[in-house]
Amino acid sequence: MIHQYLGLSAILFALGTYGVLTRRNAIVIFMCIELMLNAVNLSFIALSHHLGNIDGQIFVFFVMTVAAAEAAVGLALMITFFRNKESIDVDDVNLLKW
Amino acid sequence: METLLFYPVALLAVLSGFLVVKCKNPVHSALALVLTFFCLALLYVALHAPFMAAIQIIVYAGAIMVLIMFVIMLLNLGTAVTTRTTHAVLGGVVCGLLVLFTSYHFISKSEVTGASGEMTAAVVEQVGHTELIGQALFTQFLLPFEIASILLLVAIVGAVVLAKREV
Repeated sequence: MIHQYLGLSAILFALGTYGVLTRRNAIVIFMCIELMLNAVNLSFIALSHHLGNIDGQIFVFFVMTVAAAEAAVGLALMITFFRNKESIDVDDVNLLKW
Repeated sequence: METLLFYPVALLAVLSGFLVVKCKNPVHSALALVLTFFCLALLYVALHAPFMAAIQIIVYAGAIMVLIMFVIMLLNLGTAVTTRTTHAVLGGVVCGLLVLFTSYHFISKSEVTGASGEMTAAVVEQVGHTELIGQALFTQFLLPFEIASILLLVAIVGAVVLAKREV
């Protein structure tokens, strides 16, 4: 059963990667990153169940903490950027581009 | 029983994950993402991790997605019709497939072995999942737990400073 869980995790991670690389809306990219984090969480919990070890679930706990912090800071950045440029298209984020 | 639950839920998770990537309207993407989170929470219950399922729904589907929906509606983003050029989409497809094939290779060609620990499903059922997590968090993982609280404090302060009108 572990292989199916890891396979689902791989599919979701690949979907997230595809979304991050193809979408231009910063919020959608952000949601695709959340999808990738969740795919990793699924493989952590599946392996934790398979190996009979609780440590993987502690890792999931910390991944969720970091995702919450990332959501707060990332969305604040997007609001600031939208205020300056009236857009959250990532192609407009070129202030540091040489 | 577990297989019977797994395949429909996994199919739904993949479909809604695909919708997250493909929907033009960000609000639809966000709703599809909530559906993915609920499917994953169901799978966590099947994996004998009910506490993780609970915080998946409360923190992810609850707090983070509400925050994202709030920002989408605050910024009043319409349906963006602009898409990337063909070679960028091609690059995205190639990278996604590469990730998929690499992980498929590793999963199919290898056995997940290793010393089976003492936290079997029976122990988790008997002691209680939340209690086991709590014991591990407050003994073995106490320092990372405290660091996580500092991280959240820094994130709160950072978000307020960034989103303030005049920095």
